[in-house]
Amino acid sequence: MNSKIGHLELSHIGMDFPTPNGPFCALENVDLHVAKGEFISLIGHSGCGKSTVLNIVAGLYKATRGGVIVDGREVDSPGPERAVVFQNHSLLPWLTVYQNVELAVKRVFRGKKNKAQIREWVEQNLEMVQLTHARDKRPNEISGGMKQRVGIARALAMQPQILLMDEPFGALDALTRASLQDSLMQIQAQLGNTVLMVTHDVDEAVLLSDRVVMMSVGPRAGIAKVMPVDLERPRHRLELAESPAYHHARAEILHFLHDGHGAASAPAQAPDEPADDEPAVVDVSATVAKDAAPPPAAASAAHVEEPRSRIFRMRPKKVANG
Amino acid sequence: MNTQALAGRSPMAFRQIGQRLLRQTWERLQTLPTDAAKSLPKLIAPLLGLCVFLLLWQLLAARVETSLGNFPGPTEVYEQASNLWAEHKAEMERADAFYARQEARNEALLARNPNADVRIRDYTGKPTFIDQIGTSLITVATGFLIGSAIAIPLGILIGLSPTMYAAMNPIIQLLRPVSPLAWLPLVTIVVAATYQSADPLFAKSFLVSAICVLLCSLWPTLVNTAVGASSVSSDLVNVSRVLRLSKLTHIVKIVLPSSVPMIFAGLRLSLGVAWMVLIASEMLAQNPGLGKFVWDEFQNGSSQSLGRIMVAVVVIGMIGFLLDRGMLALQRAVSWDKTAILR
Repeated sequence: MNSKIGHLELSHIGMDFPTPNGPFCALENVDLHVAKGEFISLIGHSGCGKSTVLNIVAGLYKATRGGVIVDGREVDSPGPERAVVFQNHSLLPWLTVYQNVELAVKRVFRGKKNKAQIREWVEQNLEMVQLTHARDKRPNEISGGMKQRVGIARALAMQPQILLMDEPFGALDALTRASLQDSLMQIQAQLGNTVLMVTHDVDEAVLLSDRVVMMSVGPRAGIAKVMPVDLERPRHRLELAESPAYHHARAEILHFLHDGHGAASAPAQAPDEPADDEPAVVDVSATVAKDAAPPPAAASAAHVEEPRSRIFRMRPKKVANG
Repeated sequence: MNTQALAGRSPMAFRQIGQRLLRQTWERLQTLPTDAAKSLPKLIAPLLGLCVFLLLWQLLAARVETSLGNFPGPTEVYEQASNLWAEHKAEMERADAFYARQEARNEALLARNPNADVRIRDYTGKPTFIDQIGTSLITVATGFLIGSAIAIPLGILIGLSPTMYAAMNPIIQLLRPVSPLAWLPLVTIVVAATYQSADPLFAKSFLVSAICVLLCSLWPTLVNTAVGASSVSSDLVNVSRVLRLSKLTHIVKIVLPSSVPMIFAGLRLSLGVAWMVLIASEMLAQNPGLGKFVWDEFQNGSSQSLGRIMVAVVVIGMIGFLLDRGMLALQRAVSWDKTAILR
């Protein structure tokens, strides 16, 4: 498997969070190879460590074990080549829409673009997310969907090799979400970025992804299953609504979430954990879960270990096309 | 409705128009008091409060007998305020007359001999109450501005570095509650020893007062800035990390704007402290400001003294209030969050 080096490699990542009762193991042995231009979704129950994986790839967290390799080089600190679209947009409230994007562009293209080129590039990116009209507004003057679009424009304007998105559309209403998903598909087809997206939304995962990575429930969460999505691009949500392949993929994820790991560990899991990466909260349930949850999770993880790598090796061609 | 249009109409039409006008006026009259009634408590309450206060002051002051006569009520204070203003105007006239005489004399000298050595002397009359207000404002501004120029950068440094915070926190907590009266003798001696010049730019009393103001007003800004800088949203810190912003850009673009509300909260507290400390410092350092005015009147002990001190008290209060309002206006002007309620 190591003979072919992926564009982005997550190599045996494990993550412990310190707690008063000793380290809490949130992630164990997360292994994933992503090809250039591939769109990957991470899906799983709350608290399974999806966001932790994303933050490790971004370099915002440092993995306890294993590491992240981009183009053959290990990365352990954040950088603009791995741009992040944050869950809550994270715009600087004192800057206008334009200035927010400009800050990133100036930082990334300092010395490479002159003033006029920087202005043009910022405007081009704002146009891409259709925000030219709101360029001089501050974040508190625009809607949630618009803020998220600014966040996406800011990330894309950095021309990242890898775009990391942490539930980018989670807080939006259905209509806004749909239109942003469509523009994200267009933009990604245009630019060919590699995308790693954390999501809770099954439809979103199937619609956008080349592969859907399903994660088992923590503690010691890991990749339980990787499902390729064999759907022609460009994809249109209305046409997909009648596609059997789409429904099949959707059903597979739903089954995984309901029957597989969700059912096995759901009773032991603390009810409704607020965040994906709150070790303190997870820890409360950890002692309870230790007896009930890990055996089935670990067993099935081992069980699907083999098919997962097989899928990856079987699909390089499709991946390259996507 | 012009007169020509009215002229062509029948008496009946006039009566109708008249009735309509009456009705409209009546309706408007009915709505008017409700509008006024709504805003009335807002307007009346502070006025009423003030009136009750003045009344109680007047009644109670008359019952307090001192060696210098009755305690001054509002009427005496008003009287003394007019006196002080008249004294100021008289002094201004004297000064104007002095300069006019000097100019005439110099011109006469120059007319006789164009190479004459002409000197322009400053008027050396005693400072009036208004001059003393000016001195106080300049002194407090000097201490406060220098203090803030130290406190804000230092606060950001402390806020960003937990090590710096750990190192500085005990010192801050130790020095913060020290009264200006404790600093003053030390500052006086140190200034006397170190600031020696044949033609000093600043009076020693001015330096001593300003330094005392600085030493006491530094802390609220320092502590608040440190808290502001250390509580920048982790999301924004992550943005900065992903962009790999340099330390300086991080501070200028992220930390500083994010801390502005806390910095201003600190600055407002500091300015309040500075103004309070100033009066005490001026009394003891004999800086010719409001503090010295109060002290001199106290030493003077005439029948007017208490009234004049009371004028100073009212003026000190009003200036303190205005300084705070000014700071609030500045905070509103630079605040990026225009929806935040600042009061």
